[in-house]
Amino acid sequence: MATIQPIAGENEQHPDVALVERVRAGDVSAYDELVRKYDRQVFRIAQHITQNREDAEDVMQDAFLKAYEKLDQFQGNSKFYTWLVRIAVNESLMRLRKRRTGRMVSIDEDIDTDEGTVPRDLADWAPDPEQNYTQAELRRILEKTIKGLPPGFRVVFELRDVQGLSTEDTAEALGLSVPAVKSRLLRARLQLRERLSRYFHRKKRSSRLGVEK
Amino acid sequence: MTCTEFIALLDDLIDDTVTAEMRADLQEHLRCCEHCEVTLNTTRKTIQIYRSHQIYDLPSSLRDRLHAVIMARCKKGC
Repeated sequence: MATIQPIAGENEQHPDVALVERVRAGDVSAYDELVRKYDRQVFRIAQHITQNREDAEDVMQDAFLKAYEKLDQFQGNSKFYTWLVRIAVNESLMRLRKRRTGRMVSIDEDIDTDEGTVPRDLADWAPDPEQNYTQAELRRILEKTIKGLPPGFRVVFELRDVQGLSTEDTAEALGLSVPAVKSRLLRARLQLRERLSRYFHRKKRSSRLGVEK
Repeated sequence: MTCTEFIALLDDLIDDTVTAEMRADLQEHLRCCEHCEVTLNTTRKTIQIYRSHQIYDLPSSLRDRLHAVIMARCKKGC
């Protein structure tokens, strides 16, 4: 599993800082390392926001090119990956806006929903529920389930729970406050749990027909 | 502690950012509330499943193609 490693200590330099310095000094191969390190994560973020594979490919490409062009503007007081995510999120939102013919799209729009704040489905899950599905079925279930959440919830869950960023770094990358990230994360976790219960419910263990294709 | 109060602290419990005193209160609630125990366990499982079965994977061929385009343009100064 690819997760972003936190900085080990205040006095230890993050390995990305040395790579960025090498790129600034003209060593393009160092940028190659940064792209290889983060391309999968950037692609997933773009997919979560745009929900379109072609757009996600374009976003990934444009985000890395823009980051390269703007590398002189990168300040050492934030992490390179946090800075890169912010560029990727902006590129994703621009792409989404184009598809929606100019309608404003924002990651921090207030999402007025009570869903997920009070769990309704109280049924327990089977011990290893994912084993009742093939890898392909499971992937479809996970994608379909997370697609039902607002983009701001999807991307917070991806950054915090899948990629392992801190709440503070997630807030910085998305331009949100720490309380806003916390609120979205709790609701994202509870909504995903409730929606997955349809498939992983103990009594429905053998019901593979529940997978919509 | 009520179920609503427990749910409000669910993330802190999952992320292990609660004080020892708060943890004891939460565990006390869990001892007598099956509903919250199920919610906690299945929420943990939700996170674990999404972590271990990452969606939107980038296939190697596509990754190589995009990577080649990015690096070619960087070498030209974008």
